[in-house]
Amino acid sequence: MSFLPALRALLLACALSFLALASAGAQGLDAAVERFKADSFSDTEAGIAGVAASGSPQGVAILEALLDRRLFAGAPGVFFRDKAGQGFNAATGSPATVPAEAGMVRLNNRLRNLVQAALGSMTLLSPDPAQRFRAAEAVFKSRDATALPAVEQALAKETVRNVRRVLEEARAAIILSTTTAPEADRIAAAQRIAEAGDNDAVAILRQFSAQSTGGLKAVIDQGITAIEQAQRIRAWVQTVWFGVSLGSVLLLAAIGLAITFGVMGVINMAHGEMVMIGAYVTFVVQELFRSHAPHLLDWSLPISIPLAFLTSGLVGIAIERGVIRFLYGRPLETLLATFGISLVLQQAIRTWFGPTNREVSAPSWMAGSFEFLGLQITYGRLWIVVFTLVVFAALLLILKATPLGLQMRAVTQNRRMASAMGIRTRFVDAMTFGLGSGIAGIAGVALSQIDNVSPNLGQGYIIDSFMVVVFGGVGNLWGTLVAAFTLGIANKILEPFAGAVLGKILILVLLILFIQKRPRGLFALKGRAVEQ
Amino acid sequence: MITMRLVKLMEGRGLIFLAILAALAVLVPVCNLLVPPGSAFHISNGTVVLLGKYLCYAMLAVALDLVWGYCGILSLGHGAFFALGGYAMGMYLMRQIGTRGVYGNPILPDFMVFLNYKELPITWWGFQHFPYAMLMVVLVPGILAFVFGWLTFRSRVTGVYLSIITQAMTYALWLSFFRNDMGFGGNNGLTDFKDILGYNVQAQSTRASLFVVTCIALMLTFIAARLIVASTYGKVLVAIRDAESRTRFIGYRVEHHKLLVWVVSAMMAGVAGALYVPQVGIINPSEFHPANSIEAVVWVAIGGRGTLVGAALGAVVVNYLKTIFTTGWLAAYWLFALGGLFVLVTLVMPKGIIGVWEDVKARLRERKAIAAGRAGAAAEGKP
Repeated sequence: MSFLPALRALLLACALSFLALASAGAQGLDAAVERFKADSFSDTEAGIAGVAASGSPQGVAILEALLDRRLFAGAPGVFFRDKAGQGFNAATGSPATVPAEAGMVRLNNRLRNLVQAALGSMTLLSPDPAQRFRAAEAVFKSRDATALPAVEQALAKETVRNVRRVLEEARAAIILSTTTAPEADRIAAAQRIAEAGDNDAVAILRQFSAQSTGGLKAVIDQGITAIEQAQRIRAWVQTVWFGVSLGSVLLLAAIGLAITFGVMGVINMAHGEMVMIGAYVTFVVQELFRSHAPHLLDWSLPISIPLAFLTSGLVGIAIERGVIRFLYGRPLETLLATFGISLVLQQAIRTWFGPTNREVSAPSWMAGSFEFLGLQITYGRLWIVVFTLVVFAALLLILKATPLGLQMRAVTQNRRMASAMGIRTRFVDAMTFGLGSGIAGIAGVALSQIDNVSPNLGQGYIIDSFMVVVFGGVGNLWGTLVAAFTLGIANKILEPFAGAVLGKILILVLLILFIQKRPRGLFALKGRAVEQ
Repeated sequence: MITMRLVKLMEGRGLIFLAILAALAVLVPVCNLLVPPGSAFHISNGTVVLLGKYLCYAMLAVALDLVWGYCGILSLGHGAFFALGGYAMGMYLMRQIGTRGVYGNPILPDFMVFLNYKELPITWWGFQHFPYAMLMVVLVPGILAFVFGWLTFRSRVTGVYLSIITQAMTYALWLSFFRNDMGFGGNNGLTDFKDILGYNVQAQSTRASLFVVTCIALMLTFIAARLIVASTYGKVLVAIRDAESRTRFIGYRVEHHKLLVWVVSAMMAGVAGALYVPQVGIINPSEFHPANSIEAVVWVAIGGRGTLVGAALGAVVVNYLKTIFTTGWLAAYWLFALGGLFVLVTLVMPKGIIGVWEDVKARLRERKAIAAGRAGAAAEGKP
């Protein structure tokens, strides 16, 4: 029976202390907010510290407002607006209209850093992991020693791996910057930062490398070398990836030409226009989806692929039947005729669709990016690389494993013998040209994602495509593959030293010199067939 | 004696061509300068410039026909030699501006002042002297052609591969001349010329003189080309065109023969470009564009490959059509017409306009011979 009053007393005490705490917090906030009225940097600084110390829930909102120039102070009080523009009284947190006479509270860079650090430690315990992540990063950058308890507290509770990692780095950064901390702790902290391996880490380590001595300095310098090494490797990986990405675009553009020019020997100057037609098919399909079935818009790209193949392929067959078949064995005349066709096709598209660029939007599954081995890879580029390789494999399969492919190879190797064996050479010619053109159309679907869909789209690729096919060796698909990726990567390696345009010029000159050395490309066909 | 031989070498149509050019060289300036503007025989200033432009293109076409028509080297980069010659001339004209530029710098052209050049780049030295500039007009394309040809022909790059790398050459130059760092005016090229040899380039008399000079240059180019193809050397070129390996096996140094004609042709193209620039008043990197070179090939194909006269004719005809089509409501159809023309010419008249004309003549002669034969037979059967 005696414990009841005791319990009551305890409860009372708890409630009282809680109230006291809350009011102390509110009072702290009130007092801190008052400091903003002075609008002098030293008072504002005190205000920021006060708001941070108050632990009040609207403290975060006030400091964020201050950072975003949404905090106003004047004789009537201190007010802030939220991002939507709704006004609040800073001291009470209740909605209010911001009076006209309240002026914006100004900040300088030092104060801005202070606010960020304060916000960092205040939001370390926020329920939103993204906010905690940002807060930890802010602490890492500010290395504010006063935030250490908050970081420790947050670390004890943190379960999300990413946030935990940043928090640990932040703690390490703080310990490293505290010159009074024990040497062993600072060495461990330096090692922890070196593990992070990014630019911020290297900046911190460099800063302390000069100030420190003995074992600590050795650890820090070791960390710096390790990070620099890793960054160099990463830069190389990135160059290679960009090169592969460019190479896949080159391959995609050239692969159809590898059939029409490489296998058939037709100098197809209208190849670029086949790519362009594919891109316009994509545009038309997307417009149809947009107007008739907007919810399926993401599917318009996959559906465009077969349609682009058919459209470009049919145009290609028409060109072969109508013009090129009269010109076999006269490669230079073919060049002129197909150049004429390319002009007509360009003008036709310009007449129908207008000369301006057409917008082809990316489906949602191609948007965004992810991080792999420390480099950003956009899904769009990745899809194009994958798509290119799939198209290449499919083409290889058609040539090597289907009756049509067999006949194509037979006709190109020995037309009369093939004809004697009962192959309809005319039909095979048309099909081969159609296949090459269709593949170009498919390339247009992919290129519509990374280039402007305009009547000049094909022009930009035709010369590069010829270079790729000639470099790889006419009549050799694998050669085309190797050539495209070699040129792509070489281009990206040269770019940082020479700039984009000069890099391209260098590649062209190197290519011209290479042709001198190996006049028939990387992988030349051997035997009598090469002497026409 | 020599004149008689020359006349014989020119063939019938060559003589007609030269006569037409000579007549143009006299009539156009007279009708432009002396005949009053109201008269039906007056030739307007714009027309003189236009005709001069056509003749420069004709010169480029003759140069191209020399290598393509007679030696089988299909160059998709002849526009590069044309443009280089043009740039050499443009640089001379730029230096002549002197203090009359916007910035009034006596040494540096305006664009260099604008790009903060402190002194004249070494590539521009000497271009204020006309003879030096004229030397460069032939030397620069000639040296480029020599280096390119020496490498290429020696490694026996032929046919399609050769065409593609000539295209790569002009493409690389096109990209280079767009760069401001090259020191050739970048994207804008060279323009705002004031005078040539002390005469105002805008003045009508200068323009008429330039036209006459172009006529004479084209005549000389044609005669030179004709002399080359009619010589023993020219016969070897034709042999190389028709069977390169066989010619080599017989014992000719194919690459030397090719190299010589290639360099000569490039120099001719350079001269054409140099005459083109003062008449048009501008030279910019777009002249290097690969499509320009292909277009030049098309002039030759349309006129008649391997005839020289046909090449010049093709250049004039196509460019005249272009002038008609690109002004007024027909503009939208120009590319249809040009593209259609390419296809039609390659399919229906592979020997070009001259080829069609020859066919018609041959058929007429045949008909006459048949008729004569019939008459003869009838006369014999009578007694």
